[in-house]
Amino acid sequence: MLLAKVLGNIVATQKNHRYQNASVMLCQQITPEGEETAYTVLALNAVDAGVGDTVLIVQEGWSASTAATGKSGAAIDSAIVGVVDRIDLLEDE
Amino acid sequence: MQLARVIGTVVATVKNESLEGRKLLVVQTLNKDLEPSGKPIVAVDSVGAGVGELVFWCRGKEASFPFKREDTPTDCTIIGIVDSNAHVTQG
Repeated sequence: MLLAKVLGNIVATQKNHRYQNASVMLCQQITPEGEETAYTVLALNAVDAGVGDTVLIVQEGWSASTAATGKSGAAIDSAIVGVVDRIDLLEDE
Repeated sequence: MQLARVIGTVVATVKNESLEGRKLLVVQTLNKDLEPSGKPIVAVDSVGAGVGELVFWCRGKEASFPFKREDTPTDCTIIGIVDSNAHVTQG
């Protein structure tokens, strides 16, 4: 799973019908330290995450589809499946 | 899934029979500021996208799910059209 920050959302009227009612969020992958990387990704919102949240994104079709639409087999490769409260890391020595 | 701009079309007369009738488009992946990121790739269209439009695409096996024949050989399919640049909001 990826750690990412939610930057905003995307409005797409014309999209695959299997997730007509889901929201598509614009996310930027971050490092565990919270720094942004260059990787921008769109993910369906399966947990009502909001702008500014740090989230967990699953990048695997079956899991993403099941989490975001309740059924497998939708054309989705990324879904937000958790909102991160905090990350604890070992301190650098 | 990633944002991209459709920048061209591909014509391929000889192709796998389950790709017959499918539109092949050249897409340039974009970053959060809608600037080009990486090299252009070829995607199969499932939503009626055209050149110049802002779209998003899906990678991997799931890319074949929009098509009735799930053996459609694609690893990159356009699955949504963003209404306009202004519909990509941040903050």
